[in-house]
Amino acid sequence: MADIVFEYQVDGSDYHRAGEASRSTKSNLKKLGFPSDIIRRVGICMYEGEINMVIHADGGVAKVVIGLDDITIILKDKGPGIPNIDLAMQEGWSTADAQANDLGFGAGMGLPNMKRCSDEMNIDTVVGEGTTVTMKIKTK
Amino acid sequence: MKLKEIMELLDATLLCGEDKLDMEVEGAFASDFMSDILAYVSDQKLLLTGMINPQVIRTAEMVDMHFILFVRGKMPDANMLALAEDSDIAVLSTKKLMYTSCGLLYKNGVR
Repeated sequence: MADIVFEYQVDGSDYHRAGEASRSTKSNLKKLGFPSDIIRRVGICMYEGEINMVIHADGGVAKVVIGLDDITIILKDKGPGIPNIDLAMQEGWSTADAQANDLGFGAGMGLPNMKRCSDEMNIDTVVGEGTTVTMKIKTK
Repeated sequence: MKLKEIMELLDATLLCGEDKLDMEVEGAFASDFMSDILAYVSDQKLLLTGMINPQVIRTAEMVDMHFILFVRGKMPDANMLALAEDSDIAVLSTKKLMYTSCGLLYKNGVR
């Protein structure tokens, strides 16, 4: 069976619309009959990642690949990159601006949340070029 | 407690989700930080918050919550309510403060 792929353009200009790709993914996974705990983990990973793309990178592309044994979320942006990944992974560390704080984000919990809810997470980043975050959630 | 009992206890107004008034609310979580909600909510179904923007609805949906109670008299706009209805989430608003609302709920068995 071929993988099922969903792809979304994440609009970086509108903070209020951030999260639409995650909502759509959650709804698609429900329709496909995945268990609620898997859907919830995918939802949290993708939503935090989507918010990050809007806050830090002016949007990007979100791709969800549903394979036989796992679901892979690939979030690719052309933002500023992450100069120090270890620091970015620390709970409470954030470079988010006041607008993100106004929305209830920017507390430095996004990346740690994504790592906690995924089985594998990889961050590929080049300062000045962009970041690709890949997360895998096992379904078997 | 049933949602309608919570409504009376906190003198809250129901803004959408009338069909959920008889649903039992066993656990609640209170925060204005969305990432804390995403990190710490396990199976609590009621969210208390004073933050008011569409991300509150999306965050509650991501962790499968069924009820949102806005405290400090915060009122969501029509777009937020449409999003909540679409996400099958009941929305209430109370003038009571977060601390008072949490205290009353806890005292009455919502943990």
